[in-house]
Amino acid sequence: MTLLRRVTLGLRALARPDLAERETADEVEHYLREAAAAHRALGLSEEAAFRAARLELGSPAGVREEIRRHGWENGVEAFLGDLRYAGRRLRLEPGFTVIATLTLGLGIGAATAIFSAVNHVLIRPLPYPEAERILAVWDIREDGVQLDIAYGTARELAARARSLEHLAAMKPWQPTLLGAAEPERLEGQQVGAGYFGVLGVRPALGRGFSPADDAAGAAPVAVLGDGLWRRRFGADPGVIGRTVTLDGLPYQILGVMPPRFENAAAPGVEVWTPLGYDMSQGRAWGHHLRLLARARPGASLDAVRRELETIALHPVADFPRVPWAALEHGFRVRPLQDEVTAGARPALFALLGAVGIVLAVACVNVAGLLLARGARRRGELAVRAALGAGHQRLIRQLLTESVVLSLVGGAAGVGVAAVAVRALVVLSPAGLPRAHAIAVDGTALVFALALSMAVAVAVGLLPAFAATRGDLREAVGRGPAPARHGAGRDALVVAQVMLALVLLVGSGLLFRSVRRLLAVDAGFDTPGLVTMQIQSSGPRLEDDSTRLRFFAAALEAVRQVPGVTAAALTSQLPLSGEDDRYGLHLDPAPAADPGELGGGTYRYAVSPDYLRTMGVPLLRGRGLTSADDAGAPRVAVVSASLARRRFPGVDPIGHRVRVGPADSPPYTIVGVVGDVKQVSLALDEGEAVYLPVSQWHFADRVLSLVVRARGEPGRVVPAVRSAVWSVDPDQAVVRVAAMGDLVKASAEDRRFALELFEGFALAALVLVGVGVCGSLSGRVAERTREIGVRAALGASRGALVSLVLRRGLALTAIGIAMGIAASLVASRAISSLLYGISRADAATYLSVAALLGAVALVAGSVPAWRAARVDPALPLRAE
Amino acid sequence: MLGSSRPGAPVDQPSTDVVQGTLDMLILKSVSLQPMHGYGIGRRIEQISRGVFRINPGSLLTALKRLERAGWLDAEWRETENARRAKYYILTREGRKQLAVETADWSRRVSAIARLLEAEG
Repeated sequence: MTLLRRVTLGLRALARPDLAERETADEVEHYLREAAAAHRALGLSEEAAFRAARLELGSPAGVREEIRRHGWENGVEAFLGDLRYAGRRLRLEPGFTVIATLTLGLGIGAATAIFSAVNHVLIRPLPYPEAERILAVWDIREDGVQLDIAYGTARELAARARSLEHLAAMKPWQPTLLGAAEPERLEGQQVGAGYFGVLGVRPALGRGFSPADDAAGAAPVAVLGDGLWRRRFGADPGVIGRTVTLDGLPYQILGVMPPRFENAAAPGVEVWTPLGYDMSQGRAWGHHLRLLARARPGASLDAVRRELETIALHPVADFPRVPWAALEHGFRVRPLQDEVTAGARPALFALLGAVGIVLAVACVNVAGLLLARGARRRGELAVRAALGAGHQRLIRQLLTESVVLSLVGGAAGVGVAAVAVRALVVLSPAGLPRAHAIAVDGTALVFALALSMAVAVAVGLLPAFAATRGDLREAVGRGPAPARHGAGRDALVVAQVMLALVLLVGSGLLFRSVRRLLAVDAGFDTPGLVTMQIQSSGPRLEDDSTRLRFFAAALEAVRQVPGVTAAALTSQLPLSGEDDRYGLHLDPAPAADPGELGGGTYRYAVSPDYLRTMGVPLLRGRGLTSADDAGAPRVAVVSASLARRRFPGVDPIGHRVRVGPADSPPYTIVGVVGDVKQVSLALDEGEAVYLPVSQWHFADRVLSLVVRARGEPGRVVPAVRSAVWSVDPDQAVVRVAAMGDLVKASAEDRRFALELFEGFALAALVLVGVGVCGSLSGRVAERTREIGVRAALGASRGALVSLVLRRGLALTAIGIAMGIAASLVASRAISSLLYGISRADAATYLSVAALLGAVALVAGSVPAWRAARVDPALPLRAE
Repeated sequence: MLGSSRPGAPVDQPSTDVVQGTLDMLILKSVSLQPMHGYGIGRRIEQISRGVFRINPGSLLTALKRLERAGWLDAEWRETENARRAKYYILTREGRKQLAVETADWSRRVSAIARLLEAEG
């Protein structure tokens, strides 16, 4: 009842402010008249009575204001009034308003964009029902390295694990789709029948795979992705049941996935087929499958881990194991989300930190602007105070202005974020998972709004208090106030320099890391090399010897292309993302063999002149020749690091090794070559073995062509492709790339972080320049008279310049010192992105400090120059 | 705050501020006898207290607004006896209850203070 009455009376006052005002005025007026009447009754004259009544009441306007101030609606009204007033003030100073909102807009926008990326990539669950139940399972080797799963292991888990609802092994598959002008290679996956069950997504058309489809020898079937279906099948719903020819075989189409389906475990895949494994196949025990599983509802991650641990340690007779997949070290189980995003995490969090710093610097800048503005407005504030505005009221007014600024800045920031997010997706390295999902959505808008409010307080509080501090009355009519805010402004400059230094150190460290990384010797001669992949497919090339003949003929045709100086084939190409490793055993096995390192030895099945074409240096013995063919004795060339570790103190030449199965035929080592970076420039895993492609125990379907050409290597590509197709027009030639680009791509994730860091650091540097310049300018403006007096007393221009500059440089120096201390701690956030450099790298810190000092010097010289030109006669005139 | 004397107030005695928190009670009490306008309420409190309590008009009118909002007073514009329009305040039922509560509370406090003073004396 009471509350209702309060609300309705308040609302009435809000709705008809004139009416409420009128009523109050009438009541005050009536009081005045009654009081005057009472005085008159005591015999005072009309005029005297009225004067006495006025005296008794005080100022009617004051009383009205006192009454009006009561009631909740008054707060709303005052806020709206403040808002209107703030809007008017900000319109009156367009220069200040534009600079402040742009600064805040860029800061808030950048922060919102990075937040969107972090939110979509790292925080939001994968786009599957109950995605947290989807797990990735790995075998673990004795040294803790995770291994791909063998089919035998997956089969045992499927039968024994009770805590898993669905389970599916999978491996990449790149079938070639024939029928168009050029054969198209598709990204695909061979998956266990439970794959779509694990993800919890059904095809939009048709059905997924049944266990019968997954049986060895079953008729080939496929499920298409929406994109492929639209691109190659015209989105025809009648495709279900029809066949599609992949690698020359007819696959019956079972289903089409929904348009928004995201294949998080292997992005880009648009066709699936069953694995079709059984235990009779030799590959059943190869570590080459990835395993995904969906936990049963209610089964926690820990419960799954415990159960799998138990299964690993307790083999049963129904599921015999082989020694290399005996599961003695258990499994590694982690959520698919962590698995997918682990690589992007450090860079994204580092970027979030960096953008936070940019925003902080922007806030400090705007706070500095507001501080200077507050000083200029002391006269105005004093007038308002004299008219009855309380201290709190003035602070509220000033804060309202910073809220308006921040909200306008935030609105601009959302626009900035929308553009920045698109740029981010374009710039992002190919390895950034879920990049296409990044967007400015509702969450990001809420974030931007919350951020704007926080910024409003952060930016407005200090200036608001500073502007209203002390006795305002003395400032009435004085206009711009004397220097009072020096300390606050100095602190802002120091803070700004410190923050910018942290950011600069971060980008400096990243810059040097990327430079060092790109300076790393990849182990071959990059310039002039162009590479592409030849994917042989189709029934015509089904048997090994035909396939080898095709490759040999294609290679010979490529060699004839004008401009090509050398060409060779290899089963895996360095820095291309391929990672093909085998166990390598010495024959006879020595007593003390240190065994395999990491995931095994890189195996390269190559044409004889591969090492020469790549420019891999021969260190000892001989390379492979065309005489080392199918009929000749098996020979191998090993890398220097393999020779060093597996044959310590021994010349490996003449020793024999087996590659892959322990019962495979041995190869005799004939030469040692330099190490080559296979997976990444940053990794030192160079143990490799090179074997003649004709002596390997099966013929690879996919080989990479390495071509060395005169001049611009890209120019020969069309001719090289035609040369391959002149041998067989149905074979796909894909992944054309200059070797130099592959090398650069190896530093991709760091480059991505570096580019954004550089952008942020540049922004911070500009802001610091503007901040220092603004702060010193304010100082000079306030002390114009003092400077004039000094000039009149004979101070030289040089002395005046140094007076101002010294100040700026001293503040910068303090900021730099604090920034160095902060960087030593903060650089921990990017330590995983650094390469070959300490995060306390002295050269980086020094050069960054020098850069910042130089910027401060340039920024300070503008106000210093102004100080030097102060007219000595000015103080005389001003008095 | 007020520099001048008011009509009807003893000039030689210093006036006292209304005891903190009792203004509401004094207003409710005044209005409980008959509906009154703001000036009338002020005069009545001053007269009955023989000029001991003088109420600043600003505080009085603000308090009236607050009590109206609280639902203890109703307000109505009426003609006064000398044919002026004035805002008359009327005690509501809740106002009467509130007055009883405040009065009881006040008596309790006064007797407690009295007891304390006697004990000291």
